[in-house]
Amino acid sequence: MNAAVLQSVEQALTQKIQVKNLNFYYGRFQALKSINLNIPERKVTAFIGPSGCGKSTLLRTFNRMYALYPNQEARGEILLDGENILGPSQDLNRLRAKVGMVFQKPTPFPMSIHDNIAFGVRLYESLSPREMEERVEWALRKAALWDEVKDKLKQSGTSLSGGQQQRLCIARGIAVKPEVLLLDEPASALDPISTGRIEELVHELKNDYTIVIVTHNMQQAARVSDYTAYMYLGEMVEFGVTDEVFIKPKKKETEDYITGRFG
Amino acid sequence: MSAVVNQLQGPAQADPAALMSRTISDASLRKQYRLDQLFRHATRFFAFLVLALLAGILISLLVGSLSSIRTFGFGFFASAEWNPVTEQFGALVPIVGTLTTSAIALLIGIPVSFGIALFLTELSPKWLRRPLGTAIELLAAIPSIIYGMWGLFVFAPVFASHVQPILKSTLGSVPIIGVLFRGPPMGIGVLTAGIILAIMVIPFIASVMRDVFEVVPAVLKESAYALGSTTWEVVWHVVLPYTKVGVVGGIMLGLGRALGETMAVTFVIGNAHRLSASLMEPGNSIASALANEFTEAVGDLYLSALIELGLVLFFITFVVLALSKLLLLRLARREGRKT
Amino acid sequence: MDLYTRRLLINRFNLAVSLLTMLFGLFWLGWILFTLFKAGFGGLSAKLFLEMTPPPGSDGGLLNAIMGSLLMGAAGTALGTPVGIMAGIYLAEFGSRGWLAPVTRFISDILLSAPSIVVGLFIYEAYVVRVGHFSGWAGAFALALIVVPVVIRTTENMLRLVPDSLREAAAALGAPQWKVIVLVTVRAAKAGIITGILLAIARISGETAPLLFTSLNNQFWTSNMNAPMANLPVVIFQFAMSPYEDWHKLAWAGALLITLSVLALNVLARVFFRNRTATY
Repeated sequence: MNAAVLQSVEQALTQKIQVKNLNFYYGRFQALKSINLNIPERKVTAFIGPSGCGKSTLLRTFNRMYALYPNQEARGEILLDGENILGPSQDLNRLRAKVGMVFQKPTPFPMSIHDNIAFGVRLYESLSPREMEERVEWALRKAALWDEVKDKLKQSGTSLSGGQQQRLCIARGIAVKPEVLLLDEPASALDPISTGRIEELVHELKNDYTIVIVTHNMQQAARVSDYTAYMYLGEMVEFGVTDEVFIKPKKKETEDYITGRFG
Repeated sequence: MSAVVNQLQGPAQADPAALMSRTISDASLRKQYRLDQLFRHATRFFAFLVLALLAGILISLLVGSLSSIRTFGFGFFASAEWNPVTEQFGALVPIVGTLTTSAIALLIGIPVSFGIALFLTELSPKWLRRPLGTAIELLAAIPSIIYGMWGLFVFAPVFASHVQPILKSTLGSVPIIGVLFRGPPMGIGVLTAGIILAIMVIPFIASVMRDVFEVVPAVLKESAYALGSTTWEVVWHVVLPYTKVGVVGGIMLGLGRALGETMAVTFVIGNAHRLSASLMEPGNSIASALANEFTEAVGDLYLSALIELGLVLFFITFVVLALSKLLLLRLARREGRKT
Repeated sequence: MDLYTRRLLINRFNLAVSLLTMLFGLFWLGWILFTLFKAGFGGLSAKLFLEMTPPPGSDGGLLNAIMGSLLMGAAGTALGTPVGIMAGIYLAEFGSRGWLAPVTRFISDILLSAPSIVVGLFIYEAYVVRVGHFSGWAGAFALALIVVPVVIRTTENMLRLVPDSLREAAAALGAPQWKVIVLVTVRAAKAGIITGILLAIARISGETAPLLFTSLNNQFWTSNMNAPMANLPVVIFQFAMSPYEDWHKLAWAGALLITLSVLALNVLARVFFRNRTATY
């Protein structure tokens, strides 16, 4: 495809999240340096890079998860649909209802499978029991877990296998119908078969959600994402269409990482 | 060539000294094995000793209360009479007192402990956590006799003059529960004992709660925050259920402490063998009855009745602790069942 | 009020209540300690340590009571600690198979939380009645029974913390099991075990109930463990419940003394543990 056409197509895509000059500090250590980035809507964007490059840190600024910890600070601007979420007036709870997150380790809540999914929904919506059941089923179907758990919704979430637990967490995340879904190495703790299922899931989900996925597995990034950002030591080295970044990277550092020369 | 062959063959076959060292090591191996057995049996003996101690306690208490059991039978538990002169004894008053004071202690203690644990783990700035936690643990280190003295000489008068009148006028006029708050404001009594017990069990329950809250994995809490929950919702819906095994254990620990507490209660409960509906009236607990009367008890039946009281107390604590352990086992098993 | 505002209000309310409970706890601590120091400080003087407990109406000290407490405490600890350590070793090192370990652990936990007055009752029935009189030894036995479950629990926990790799390394050198346990595992857990003993001592220092019908009390000095022995907690109990002013003063001074030693022991245990624990 012609590069110019591609660029105009890219500009025509709505930028869901726009990061402007973002700097991030753990105490006195600067983990992110002047990040500028646009996350397109309804596409999968992958963050790749060696350990410690700041990809998880960057991801966690999108739902201001770092705000739970006193020593962590972000400076700059992050615009979600045009509004700066780093502003002091930003309501964190509402932000997190719009921007969902799935973590590296499966974290089922100590409740039944049904309640795990209902938990987030109940926070912001008053649904009748019937509507709730429908929502739970919908979320579980989307996460490709419904057939496996439909007969045991009352059982504890912790009684599922690792891969199932992670899909439960994904179902939990989409049940609240967020606009953005942040996935922090969602398959790294899982076996290859579960990993494959999660990747299929991401492929399906991108029709409805903007997805940002952090992964240390380059092949996964190549399989799953539309856009890829390569980061190194807190800096955004290169960002572009996945195929281009992997086949014809613009920067030498990117090429070194992709070809496995380090990291 | 032969030197090389010799070396390859090794010295064992040719050298008698080497043969000797092999038999020596066999003998020393046997000795080590015997020492191992000895050590294992020794430690096992001491474990059995612990069992024997419990059995000893039960047996000696049973034997000691035999004459009381034979004389009063099950009526012992229904009778509120306690008369050393006519040798009529009934356990109702002390048992009710023990249970009531413990119930008050838990009623006040559990929510307060939860609040303290919540504060220490979620609200308090990091640098305050260790000193505040230590301060609460100090409450547990203060010997119970000091609680008793403070309760009698300092707390009771203040309670009588400032708090009890208010309780009487407000809660005393509410139907049904108002009955609990009648009577002259003397400062001592069942309610006072319950309050002091509450202060004594708070550090136990709060410490356990704090310890289990602290080891909840951060990812789990973050998952709940990521859905847009408030801090309270995270604690109530995620942290508390996750830690319920430990929390129940802590509460049981506090209950056990409250049931058996002697000195603090003895000072302030009033030592009256009289059953009364009002909490502000003096009463008695098993432990305080024992502490007050045992050394003065004359007569075999009197002593035996007191020992039977002790047996009852031991039995109650035993049941509470055993139940809590079973509960914890069942909770742990339910959580861990995998598909 | 919409759902969201209500949630925020509930959150704020509950967090405020939690702060109040913290202040609540600190309030009682402050009040009790303040009272203790105010009432007891005046009585603290050299006389406390030099004179015996007086009859009502005259001046005196607490020497016999202090000595008695020290003697019985030391004896109780000396009797209870070996039992606790050995049983703790059994639970941690040999306890994986069979029924004895879980049962012992269960029983030890029960004894740990059992009312101490029942322990006193037991010693009374089993020993005092047998020999016919109260004695310091009876008191020591009662205290030992309180020490045992505390030491069992801390010993077992500390031994369990020692990583298996350490045991395996010793065994791989050909050491027999008893040597692995005694020379390597216990030594690695030494700091924790000693801390447990210190905590047990702190616990028995404040115990009154088990001494009420075992060692009883003695107005005079005695170092004969076979006779009724004075001890601080029972003396304080007797003096505080009496109507005499000077006895009250001594009771408060004694109470302050006990509290200070218990606090000192706790602090010592904590500091000791922090400094001596090896990290693997």
